[in-house]
Amino acid sequence: MSGTSAFLEGLKAGLGEFVPMWALWLGSALISVAIALGLISLIAMFSVWLERKVAGHIQCRYGPMYVGWHGWLQSIADGVKLLLKEDLIPRDADRVLFMLAPALVLAAIVGAMAAYPLAPGILFADIDLGLFFIIAMSSMTTIGVVMAGWASNSKWTIYGSMREAAQVVAYEIPLGVSLLVPVMVAGTLNLREASAAQADFFGMGWFMFKNPFMLPAFLLFLVAALAETKRAPFDLPEAESELVAGFMTEYSGIRWSFFFMEEYAAMFLMSAIGAVFFLGGFESPLTHLAGQLFGRDLVVVGAGPEFAFTAINWGALVYQLVAGGTLLVKSFLGIFLMMWLRWTLPRIRIDQVMTMGYKYLTPLALVCVLGAALWEAGWQALVRS
Amino acid sequence: MDLTGRIFYGLVALCALGSFAWGTLAHGGEGAVFALFATLVLGGSLMCIWEKSVVRSAFCLIGTFGGTAGLFLLLGSDFLAMSQILIYVGGILALILFGVMLTPPDLSERKLPRVLAGLVAVGAGVAFVAAKVAATVDWVQAAEVAEPQHATREIGVAFLDYDQYVIAFELAAVVLTVALVAAVYVARRRKVDLVDEGGSR
Repeated sequence: MSGTSAFLEGLKAGLGEFVPMWALWLGSALISVAIALGLISLIAMFSVWLERKVAGHIQCRYGPMYVGWHGWLQSIADGVKLLLKEDLIPRDADRVLFMLAPALVLAAIVGAMAAYPLAPGILFADIDLGLFFIIAMSSMTTIGVVMAGWASNSKWTIYGSMREAAQVVAYEIPLGVSLLVPVMVAGTLNLREASAAQADFFGMGWFMFKNPFMLPAFLLFLVAALAETKRAPFDLPEAESELVAGFMTEYSGIRWSFFFMEEYAAMFLMSAIGAVFFLGGFESPLTHLAGQLFGRDLVVVGAGPEFAFTAINWGALVYQLVAGGTLLVKSFLGIFLMMWLRWTLPRIRIDQVMTMGYKYLTPLALVCVLGAALWEAGWQALVRS
Repeated sequence: MDLTGRIFYGLVALCALGSFAWGTLAHGGEGAVFALFATLVLGGSLMCIWEKSVVRSAFCLIGTFGGTAGLFLLLGSDFLAMSQILIYVGGILALILFGVMLTPPDLSERKLPRVLAGLVAVGAGVAFVAAKVAATVDWVQAAEVAEPQHATREIGVAFLDYDQYVIAFELAAVVLTVALVAAVYVARRRKVDLVDEGGSR
């Protein structure tokens, strides 16, 4: 059950039979979508600022400095500018698909956000197939990108979207297969349960250290995730220096910013998946300490017959904040790594992208899965004997 | 948009609204959601046939595939639903689009006999399947079957259990791999072709 529906259950218990069931259901869905959208916009705004600062410092300059302290309000200023910009639709574009494409891309990533656990007890939806769900939904964004490229009716956008389709289809295989390694160790696809399985050794029992095939699998995952989120050195669908702006060439204003929100949200989700399935998720020595001091209670807001706000479990709240903050910090470290790579590595050619995906990453990922499976089987046989 | 297009999309929208209202009135929230997904499936496939541009037809399939995934979800089979989205929307549809964009558009008129032959073939197939389903399924009992819980684990066990489907599963995988390798072999350009191309220019 998601956090909002638990909250609304408490509300209903307080208000009695006044609220019908369908209104609760619809209300919890709408509130969850609103929170997810707000989260995505915040992540995008912070990441844009971070990217400009990281790029600046790597190139020995400051980046934005004037709007607010070290330019931290720059993204808000840019957001206002994008909202007020003229919304251009080219005359020869396919109007319906042109307008539909950014919405589809954003909708897919908002859907994927549903499986992201904010904290062990604060979730949009506790999906047993969380990892599978995120990968399935974020693969839908490809269709939106191809739609944008085709509907714009320009050669740059078509090139960009063709590259995106080829690249994403090629790298979905190593991405999924390399994630099978930690999934095999965890025995679950649920992000919350996978994270909870790494709580031993004072919060340092990360899957990364539990199997010798985990490190190569993590490196494969990292490369495949870069290609999936079309980040440099795999940013061929955008490729500013050759394709103007790739599939986004004809977009402007708020529709253009939808694509950017999707890109940063996808980066965040991929980093979160990597953090949960390789790097311990919620677990760290700090989380362990908080768990020891305040207990690992999951329920923050009491859902009793009294009004929902009256019974707040403060200890559980602190633990949830520490755990959620740990995952957030790990995810943003992943984003920082992606930005670092972007400003360090040159873009590779499309044939090199294809060669790497099909000829090297996929077989290597399969070898990793085989080795990890044998290791796990041998280890379990050892435990049993 | 021309007049026939307007009439067609108007009819689709009317049918969607009608089924939505009927589903809500008859079965509440679940009926409304079922009507939504059913409309996506049927509307998507109808528009796929209607649209003259092949790329637009391919995009209409998003509705069909997504709606099918939604119907799977309603039936309590979340694994099937997500596989449907991952494989059909994320993989196969992307490949269809890729193929369509690489193919030059065919702007010639559609021939009536071929359209009729296609309609007859598809209609016969649909009628056969529908008759089979209607003859075998016990609808009264089907309505009472409880929602399957944790179907994912059962699917996994069934695929890997020696007594169940492991041989069929592995055979299907081998057939797919052979087909893939064969397709690559057929599509691959021979060295002779490359030399010819280089020489003629």
